[in-house]
Amino acid sequence: MFRMTGAQLVIQLLERQGIQVISGVPGGANLPLYDALSRSTIHHVLARHEQGAGFIAQGMARVTGKPAVCLATSGPGVTNILTAIADAKLDSVPVVCITGQVPSPLMGTDAFQEVDTYGMSIPITKHNFLVRSVEELLTVIPEAFRIAASGRPGPVLVDIPRDIQVAEVHFAEWPQPGEADPAPRAYDADLENAASMINAARRPLLWIGGGVVAAGAGSQILELAEKASMPMTMTLMGLGAVPRDHALSIGMLGMHAERYTNMAMEACDLILAAGVRFDDRATGKVQEFCPNAKIIHIDIDHSEIDKIRTASLGILGSINEVLEELLPRVQENTRTEWLEYISALRGAFPQHAPAEGGHDSPQRLIRRVGELVEDDTIICTDVGKHQMWTAQSYPFRHERQWLTSGGLGTMGFGLPAAIGASLAAPERRVICFSGDGSLQMNIQELATAAEQRANVTVVLLNNNCLGLVHQQQELFFKANYFSSEYQIAVDFIKIAEGFGWRTVDLAGSSDPDADLANAFAGRGPCLVHVPVDREEKVLPMVPPGAANRVMIEGEKHA
Amino acid sequence: MPKSIPRTVLDVTVANHPGVMSHVCGLFSRRAFNVEAILCLPVNGGEVSRIWLLVNEDDRLEQMIRQMRKLQDVHDVRVCNENTAVFDQLSTVMAQ
Ligand SMILES: Cc1ncc(C[n+]2csc(CCOP(=O)(O)OP(=O)(O)O)c2C)c(N)n1
Repeated sequence: MFRMTGAQLVIQLLERQGIQVISGVPGGANLPLYDALSRSTIHHVLARHEQGAGFIAQGMARVTGKPAVCLATSGPGVTNILTAIADAKLDSVPVVCITGQVPSPLMGTDAFQEVDTYGMSIPITKHNFLVRSVEELLTVIPEAFRIAASGRPGPVLVDIPRDIQVAEVHFAEWPQPGEADPAPRAYDADLENAASMINAARRPLLWIGGGVVAAGAGSQILELAEKASMPMTMTLMGLGAVPRDHALSIGMLGMHAERYTNMAMEACDLILAAGVRFDDRATGKVQEFCPNAKIIHIDIDHSEIDKIRTASLGILGSINEVLEELLPRVQENTRTEWLEYISALRGAFPQHAPAEGGHDSPQRLIRRVGELVEDDTIICTDVGKHQMWTAQSYPFRHERQWLTSGGLGTMGFGLPAAIGASLAAPERRVICFSGDGSLQMNIQELATAAEQRANVTVVLLNNNCLGLVHQQQELFFKANYFSSEYQIAVDFIKIAEGFGWRTVDLAGSSDPDADLANAFAGRGPCLVHVPVDREEKVLPMVPPGAANRVMIEGEKHA
Repeated sequence: MPKSIPRTVLDVTVANHPGVMSHVCGLFSRRAFNVEAILCLPVNGGEVSRIWLLVNEDDRLEQMIRQMRKLQDVHDVRVCNENTAVFDQLSTVMAQ
């Protein structure tokens, strides 16, 4: 017979799940959990804000692909962490968030620090639990991990009232740790059908989304692309699944694609859409998206198939397993005519993103960083122009190398997610490209990074404004720059130093390469400050709501 | 009840606990998809409940069903056209 408190049970179940690091912030309603955690082998990372704790967990989960855990107390702790949970939902990241709740007898009385955590978390989690007895923890905790990791991953929230944390529980046997369920198997007939559609296509194309990264299917995608000569395009979330500089890669599609990429999409006659959800930023005006193409849609989530655009063939399954079975049925084909057409498009509409690094534009600087650091460096961003520049210009080479807030587009994601990434992969370098607006959204986590000695380099592209908003106002609101230009210039070098960070300032640098090398030479957190002109834009661009062929810029490139 | 719009009934089997109704109804409200009528009864000694939702036949129905099947507490979803009659009978009682 085992005998312990609910809080001790939760912590021991987490240990049995293999959890080694947890991020969070303590408070009245989760103090019993923290007391138990203090006697655990698990390393606790004390964030400075619960949103930071949530994104730290996301950083760990995005790098490893395994569920990561974060903690918050009731009331304001919960409301603070929900943004990071909603972000995990939209990007399908497996996170288990455990929140303290006021004691069960007080629930519903507007008790101190009581909010309806269960009700508020329903639409932004994959699943949520309100634990109503201490015995339930024996099933709820493993279930939370099983659900977070199964099928299409996602966040699970477990709300535990304080009285249940301190209650005694007796049990005879430990439950098994929660594991991902096996994926459904695709039908042979569908695989045959898919193979013959590919074999018959003259201009087929692969469209790679975050689902490919989640399934770890990058190598199978590459094999298929090479065997059948299919050019590959990626969504924002699919970047890194295949090397950016691969001959068959045509880069990211959609709103901030290269023009030739969107033109290639227009011309294709078959799209193999793998782990994508037809997001409007990728498809543009969806009625005019690839009107001539048949679509084979492979996804682990049945509700994604036919959601936005009816597929000619939908295949429900895990992308790596489906491709394993599909590959032997697909014929080798050089498709010279199609590949020549793609090269001609590339020639006619040369790539806007730089092919080589440099220091005269933010895009070239991002590329330069990619040339200087190790291949396995983890790249994180915040949200804004700097995010799109990184997506367009960084030479990605590996799956799970790229962490960005795609679906929710949350400013403030970058720094804490980078800390989490570095906790999960301490031997690897983590770089976060951020903007001055975004960095200020979770700037308190500079302290967490310093305390953890996280090997994180923040490259701050500082234009002293909300850059992407500024650009939209210029292009679509007659340059009425309202509330997007900051009236004071914050001294980020001083701030970072105040938090105990090393700093490197590229402002007025006579040898930026040497300064960058200097930044990357040491371990531990380092801020690289890069002044950027407000007028530097993200181009080319499809205006919101327009079809992907309607692009601003990208016709010619000097 | 006005008969102009074709209606159908979704027969949903769910785990019986206090949060289930919110999970199911939330899927409809966030898509601005109106549920015309609801019936819910515990079955099998209260372990599970059956919810009948009277809804308009709409292009989005298939998507709604797939979304509902993703909910952990939903065991089964079926479309049962015949069951609309039960709601017709109820309306004679409730619409008085
Ligand atoms: C939390 C949050 N609030 C507001 C927005 C809207 N928004 C999108 S980009 C942006 C500006 C980002 O500025 P900055 O981080 O400095 O990056 P830059 O565009 O200048 O590179 C804003 C306000 C958002 N994405 N997230």
